[in-house]
Amino acid sequence: MKIKLPQWFYQLASPRWFYEFSGKLLPWFAIAAFVLLITGSVWGLAFAPEDYQQGNSFRIIYVHVPASILAQSCYMLMAIAGAIGLIWKMKMAHIVAKSCATFGASIAVMSLATGAIWGKPTWGAWWVWDARLTAMLVLFFLYVGVIALHSAFENTQSADKASAVLSLVGLVNIPIIKYSVEWWNTLHQGATFKVTEKPAMPPEMWIPLLIMVLGFYCFFAVILMQRARIEVLQREKKASWVQEIIQQSL
Amino acid sequence: MGHFATFADFLQMGKHGLYVWLSYGLAFAIFAYNIVSVALAKRQFFNKAKRQARREQSES
Repeated sequence: MKIKLPQWFYQLASPRWFYEFSGKLLPWFAIAAFVLLITGSVWGLAFAPEDYQQGNSFRIIYVHVPASILAQSCYMLMAIAGAIGLIWKMKMAHIVAKSCATFGASIAVMSLATGAIWGKPTWGAWWVWDARLTAMLVLFFLYVGVIALHSAFENTQSADKASAVLSLVGLVNIPIIKYSVEWWNTLHQGATFKVTEKPAMPPEMWIPLLIMVLGFYCFFAVILMQRARIEVLQREKKASWVQEIIQQSL
Repeated sequence: MGHFATFADFLQMGKHGLYVWLSYGLAFAIFAYNIVSVALAKRQFFNKAKRQARREQSES
C-alpha cells in the first residue's frame, strides 16, 4: 500500500524549492528574532520583578529556560528529520538533520553553562550530578556524537544514514530529561511552562519568558535555514540552478 | 527606570550582578558564534566555487 502524502511534502523534498522558499522566509524570521530577543531581554533584565527567594539571579531564567527547551526541540527535529530521510530516502530531510546538529550542540552548551551559573548562587554549587543535569549533559554528548559520526564517513549517504540512526536511538533521552524532575528527587525546580496548568509565576515574569522562547525559536529557524541552504548548495554543486547562482555571484 | 532605581543598581543586580551578566554575556557569545560561523561557511562556499569556475574558464 502506498500512502499519499500532501503536495507540499514533495515540494519540500526538492532542494531547489527549499532554497528559493527559505530565501523568502529568512528576512522575516531574522526581524522577528531580533525584535523578540531585544524586547524579551530588556523586559526580563530591567522590568520584571525580582524573585522573593532567589532575588535577581532568577533573571537567568530568561536565557536558561529558552535554551533548554530549544536544545530538546532541536534534537527532536533532528531525529524526526533523520527518520523521514531514512524512510522516504529524502535528501532534504538529511540536510535539515545535519544542519540541526551544530546548532543543537551550541544551544545545549548554553543551557548547561547558564544552568551552572544559576546553580552557584542558588544551590551553592556550579554542578551537581542530578538527574536533570546529567540527562542534559547526555543530550550534549549525543549532539557531539552525531556531529563526529557524520564527519567520520567519506560517503555522504552513509554519513546521513548512520547519524539518523544514532539520533533516533538518542531520542529515548528526551522523555528522561522531561520527567527527570518528577521521577527522581532533585535539586532542579519543576517545569516553568506546562500545557495543562497556568504558570506558577505572575504574568510580568512569564510574559517576557514567553517572548524569549519565541525569539529563540525564530533565531533557530534563521540559523537552521542558513545552514541548510549552504548544505544544499554544496550537495547540489553540479546542478545547473546552483551553477547559475554561482555565476551570478561572480 | 523599570525595576531598578538607578543604573548602578541595574548593573549590580543586588548581589547577583556577576552571575546574571555572565549568563547573558555567554548567551550573546553563543548567538554571535552561530551568526559568524554561518556567514563564514557561506563565504567559504562561494569563494571556492568562484575559484573553480575561473579555473574551468581558463582551461577551456
